[in-house]
Amino acid sequence: MDVDSVIGRPAAESETSRPAPELAPRIRIQHLNFFYGPTQALKDINLDLPDRQVTGMIGPSGCGKSTLLRVLNRMYDLYPGQRAEGEVILDGQNILGSDIDVIGLRARIGMVFQKPTPFPMSVYENIAFGVRLHQKLSKARMDERVEQALTRAALWEEVKDRLGASAMGLSGGQQQRLVIARTIAIQPEVILFDEPTSALDPISTMKIEELIDELKGDFTIALVTHNMQQAARVADRVAFFYLGELIEASDAAQMFTAPREKRTQDYITGRFG
Amino acid sequence: MPQDTQHVIRSFDQELTRLRDMMSEMGGIVENQIALAARAILERDSAAAARVVEEDMRVDALERDIEQFVIRTLALRQPLAGDLRQVVAALKITGDLERIGDYAANVAKRSLVLAQFAMPFSLAALGHMARLVQQNLKTIIDAVGEANAEKALQVWRSDLEVDDLYNGIFRELITYMMEDPRNITPCTHLLFIAKNLERIGDHATNIAETVHYAVTGEPLTGARPKGDTSAYAVVRPPL
Repeated sequence: MDVDSVIGRPAAESETSRPAPELAPRIRIQHLNFFYGPTQALKDINLDLPDRQVTGMIGPSGCGKSTLLRVLNRMYDLYPGQRAEGEVILDGQNILGSDIDVIGLRARIGMVFQKPTPFPMSVYENIAFGVRLHQKLSKARMDERVEQALTRAALWEEVKDRLGASAMGLSGGQQQRLVIARTIAIQPEVILFDEPTSALDPISTMKIEELIDELKGDFTIALVTHNMQQAARVADRVAFFYLGELIEASDAAQMFTAPREKRTQDYITGRFG
Repeated sequence: MPQDTQHVIRSFDQELTRLRDMMSEMGGIVENQIALAARAILERDSAAAARVVEEDMRVDALERDIEQFVIRTLALRQPLAGDLRQVVAALKITGDLERIGDYAANVAKRSLVLAQFAMPFSLAALGHMARLVQQNLKTIIDAVGEANAEKALQVWRSDLEVDDLYNGIFRELITYMMEDPRNITPCTHLLFIAKNLERIGDHATNIAETVHYAVTGEPLTGARPKGDTSAYAVVRPPL
């Protein structure tokens, strides 16, 4: 039975089914295929990452979501035998092209990993080290940049009195925020988070989630997570991947209340794994 | 609303089955309350009336149980998508069923008062309305158990007929009252009874909307076919 024929008006008029206004994508992924040697890990992915929004990526292990993040900042370049086809457009430029300055690209697209990866040096140097790779700043400007980044990452109050101490002495949650500070100190356009809280306790997790929510005012964010509730809390849009395919991408509210695809429904309600 | 695939966590499936069973039990009791209330009026059966009132306590207790169960499930399972819709639907439907039980009890209580009056007119239209409301309620309770959006839609549309019957009864009773003032007391009770049945029909359509959303994820939006015009009916004095 067609509901619309009963109520006598097109479905598009209803409040909840109205599509979100089109946002300008910061990154546009078109017909992306990715191969680990002979194995195809991503199949014809088409996805936009809207500017200043959090795009959540969910799916079972091996579905390709982390692979997609690795494509977005050309990390796969570091490994022989891995190749990408298709286009990933950032500011009108295909970043998969061979003419791309990969180091420069990684300054524009920062990445935060599952396990905090502080360098074995002081808190201050952890931030300054990355900045120096890309920019020459005076001592005063560098101090300012470090403070800014740490403040932005909600860590400044906790570390301002021990900037010279080793970063390895920080707690896991603090280390992760330090890594985020290091990433934003380089002033990227896009930040990729690959399960940033899966090694953290609940309070640290909430701090990171709050931080991501703050950061989306300035950055375009992609968040890979295994935690469905986290995707629901943090993401504006959510993409569901399965066996290398993008099954469904929609607003988070739509995805977690009424997904369109049965495979999405089964996955997010815990009906297969 | 059963789904064809099972959860990885099987105890969650068992909990959802338990929730469905509680809903079915509550629906069954309320359905029976309406049947008994109709008998209480049409056959002047005071024993039936007493049972309707008794059953109301069980309905209230089940409502509390289901509410607690739903809150517990939301807290412990954090359901999403279809599961979330189903659990929230249970909470809403149980509220509608509880109200329906209250209306049935009110009808039953009025039947006891009515039994003291001679009724020199036919209650056929009221009997017809009671049967239709009962039928709709049965269909919608089946729809809840079977997760059947088609049946929900069927009930959603058929409420118009209940409203039409109610309008007819309204006019009929006003006529009796104008004919003989001694009819005013029994007719006023009958008017309330008809209004209660009409409200039960409205709650059945609420449940229909809830079931439709829970099953399909699509809200039944737009104006429901509505036919209760008694609010605008006036008895005009002769000019």
